[in-house]
Amino acid sequence: MLRRQVSHSRRAFLGGTASLLGLCAAGCGETEPPTYGNLLRMGDLLTYKAHRLLLPEHSMAREYTLAELSPAPAIGTVNPADSGGHRFHEEHGPRYERLRAGGFADWALTVEGAVARPQAFSLAALERLPRRTQVTRITCEQGWTAIVEWTGVTLRGVLEATGMLPTARYVQFHAYDHTADGIDMLDALHPQTILAFGMNGRPLELSHGAPLRLRVETQLGYKSIKYLRRIVVTERFDDNGNDGDIRNGWSWYAGI
Amino acid sequence: MSDPVTSSTGGGDAPRLRPHAGWVRTCHWSLLAFVLLLAMSGSIILKSHPRLYWGEAGNDLMPALLELPISDNHRPDGWVTTARFDELPGAPISAWRDYPIYNHNHWARSLHFLAGWLLVTTLTLYALLALRTGHLWRNLLPRLRDLRWQALRQELRKHLLAADVEVGPPYGQLQRVAYTGAVFVALPLMLLSGLTMAPAITAAWPGLLDLFGGYQSARTVHFAGFLLLVLFALVHVGMVVRTGLWRQLRAMLLGR
Repeated sequence: MLRRQVSHSRRAFLGGTASLLGLCAAGCGETEPPTYGNLLRMGDLLTYKAHRLLLPEHSMAREYTLAELSPAPAIGTVNPADSGGHRFHEEHGPRYERLRAGGFADWALTVEGAVARPQAFSLAALERLPRRTQVTRITCEQGWTAIVEWTGVTLRGVLEATGMLPTARYVQFHAYDHTADGIDMLDALHPQTILAFGMNGRPLELSHGAPLRLRVETQLGYKSIKYLRRIVVTERFDDNGNDGDIRNGWSWYAGI
Repeated sequence: MSDPVTSSTGGGDAPRLRPHAGWVRTCHWSLLAFVLLLAMSGSIILKSHPRLYWGEAGNDLMPALLELPISDNHRPDGWVTTARFDELPGAPISAWRDYPIYNHNHWARSLHFLAGWLLVTTLTLYALLALRTGHLWRNLLPRLRDLRWQALRQELRKHLLAADVEVGPPYGQLQRVAYTGAVFVALPLMLLSGLTMAPAITAAWPGLLDLFGGYQSARTVHFAGFLLLVLFALVHVGMVVRTGLWRQLRAMLLGR
């Protein structure tokens, strides 16, 4: 889950390749993950398309018993308020520190975009939505796994509460630690895709994304971003620029 | 495409030999290229978490079945415990890693999958052609009636000690066992154990997790399969050198 910025020479190479081959970048970007003319991204897109074509929709990831809980590392992130952190955001970092000092009483998740009723959910408001508890396996992209019990509300419940428009196709997530990522509507509406505020029967730890994080059980861990701040429902694909996976060299789809 | 039997032109010094068909030569070098790409990118992925486990869960906070000395990424003292989820000893804990690690998985995994797609395509094509041309039965599959320990041992003796080893095609029994094992057993096993590491795929086909006994078991089997393929490559290249490197290279490159 630890991200590394792609070096400048690599960026330049990608840029050059993109300008040669990437004529479709502008057009493709509207409805599906763009490849920017990059061979590796073309492979990622092939895998994504194959999964969507061949795998049955909304298959449930395996769930475990509480007896199978394992130690759970927290990696790739630091306290969003840590000004020395590699993902520190000048505005959101200090704000996160104030919210955390107040026990997240003033914290709220904004949901906007292609929804009929854009709104902000406090933790108390979220807890009134359809809840779900699941013991699932974190599958880190590095190769380690952990079994954890998560408690939260289904993303589907949140989207329904805000009156998601029928034209909506993607859901984007923005975090306090200057991270942004997105998933398609199929994964967004998956019964196990939740916004978790509890871990192993306790409020979410700082290291695991307090007060609220995403859990996408059908993708690698790095898609389940922590410290949620804002959700934007979109009709078009959004690569989230330099905060997103693709520009940082990572595959946008990580169902693998 | 020429049938290796009807176009037999055997060389002067080895009249029994038939040239490798064009499609065999093309598949051979393509498979080699893709397997090399997979081995290279796979090693880079493994370096980011060079520990192997058995079962479903495995991470830095748990004991490993095997620790590979290929990177400095596992430092037991580099973790800050942030939570203990029960008072009992052995209760699940969470800890935060506070040191940077080697991780180039962004491009390495995308390359691994790109090469994987190419390998699977080539392998399928190869299997279909081998079936259609009769190459599979005539040259590749071990002759069942001769598949006896005694006979194999005798042939192994010959491979190691005899002054002149027959090269084929048609292949000897040991060659048949090795080629069939590498192409139709080891490579498909790599594919299956690889797929078992994909959360979206095991959600659709949870039987894969049962087949290997969990995610981490599949990952360990994936590594064992890699070692088997390395062993095959060493023996294969060893025998090529022993039976005439230039003659063999010319046969596999030019078909004569």
